[in-house]
Amino acid sequence: MFSILVLIVGAAWIWFTAAPLGSTTQGDIPAPQEGFLAPDFRLETFGRDGYTLSESRGKPVLINFWTSWCPPCRSEMPAIQKVYDEFKDQGFVVLAVNSTHQDNLGDAITFAQTRKLTFPILLDKDGLVGDLYEVRSLPTTFFVDPQGIIQEVVVGGPMSEALLQIRVEQLMERSP
Amino acid sequence: MFPIFQIGPVALQVPGLVLLVGLWIGLTLSERRARRRSENPAHLYNLVFIALIAGVIGARLTYAATYPNAFTTSPWSLVSLNPGLFDPLAGALITAAAAAIYLFRKNLPLWSTLDALTPLFAVMGIAIGFSHFASGSAFGIPTQVPWGIQLWGATRHPTQIYEIILAIFTLIVIMLLDRTPWSLTPGNIFLSFISLSAVSRLFLEAYRGDSILLYSGFRAAQVISWLVLAACLVLLGLLIQRNRLEEEITK
Repeated sequence: MFSILVLIVGAAWIWFTAAPLGSTTQGDIPAPQEGFLAPDFRLETFGRDGYTLSESRGKPVLINFWTSWCPPCRSEMPAIQKVYDEFKDQGFVVLAVNSTHQDNLGDAITFAQTRKLTFPILLDKDGLVGDLYEVRSLPTTFFVDPQGIIQEVVVGGPMSEALLQIRVEQLMERSP
Repeated sequence: MFPIFQIGPVALQVPGLVLLVGLWIGLTLSERRARRRSENPAHLYNLVFIALIAGVIGARLTYAATYPNAFTTSPWSLVSLNPGLFDPLAGALITAAAAAIYLFRKNLPLWSTLDALTPLFAVMGIAIGFSHFASGSAFGIPTQVPWGIQLWGATRHPTQIYEIILAIFTLIVIMLLDRTPWSLTPGNIFLSFISLSAVSRLFLEAYRGDSILLYSGFRAAQVISWLVLAACLVLLGLLIQRNRLEEEITK
């Protein structure tokens, strides 16, 4: 009898706490967490004009926070470049945000040039974008789908090539 | 939220660290329970480690089999430390299968072994709550209650704290039940734990902001918890009935 009562109360609780469809999605709020809208930002690049994240809406985006002195950041860059070469013609965008306030700009430029990085290197000179994305460890990577929603946050590294390739393919599948 | 614990150049992932501490404390409690009941704790350690190792390897291999092209291009990724390269469902199934094979080969009784492992499961429930708290995942719906926390752009129910409190409550109840005659019937402690966990999730899910919704807005985790609870209550009833019958036959 007690069991039946518990199950009836449980079923009633499910009924009363049912949420309207879509009410638990977080897409409209910008926050640096999976399921939320990637917060917009504008940063300078070296060699090109400034870059705004929302310019990439409609395309899958990888945002990677890095510095030139961080070993895992250095290790994963060739894999990021390789995946970028493979998918850039399909619209894939890489935004490598250098935490310039924690780095030496000259070292960052030298690193990007010696590794022949062809994606935009953005300069977070005052650390505001890092703060906006609550970056507490380097590297930190955000996979953003074409709708601007963060699909995954990878804290630390280096990311393997397989992980990058699979995640980018998954983002491409979400393209409209 | 504190996902990273920085010691000099080393960045430790707090959620993973908390789960490891939970595993250690949980196994210690299970070991103590086993000694108190004159059972062999070595079986518990072997069972847990064999099942976990099989689960981790199985989860990685299943993931690689799902995306063969990526792993053919980059075979070293098979041994990568990236937690994103695991298939969690396959890992759970392989863990259960490896544990079942170990039980069968060592001729260990299923219900008594599950009872012995229940302190471990209960502590892991608390550890999972702390890992959610550290990472900021499993967050709540927006609220105006005075104890709401600022998280991901809104004031939200602190569902991670609710989860930890419920898991601690579950552990205490299980420890108390374990010292009563209720625990003498094999399976009672484990099924009580699963029932309490299902009730906790049924309650907690109502405040979660990341629920997967089914048709009509029902929350998938609540429906699954209700079904698990129903199954546990039926099984508990059957175990009690069987125990009574055996007692009558003995008399």
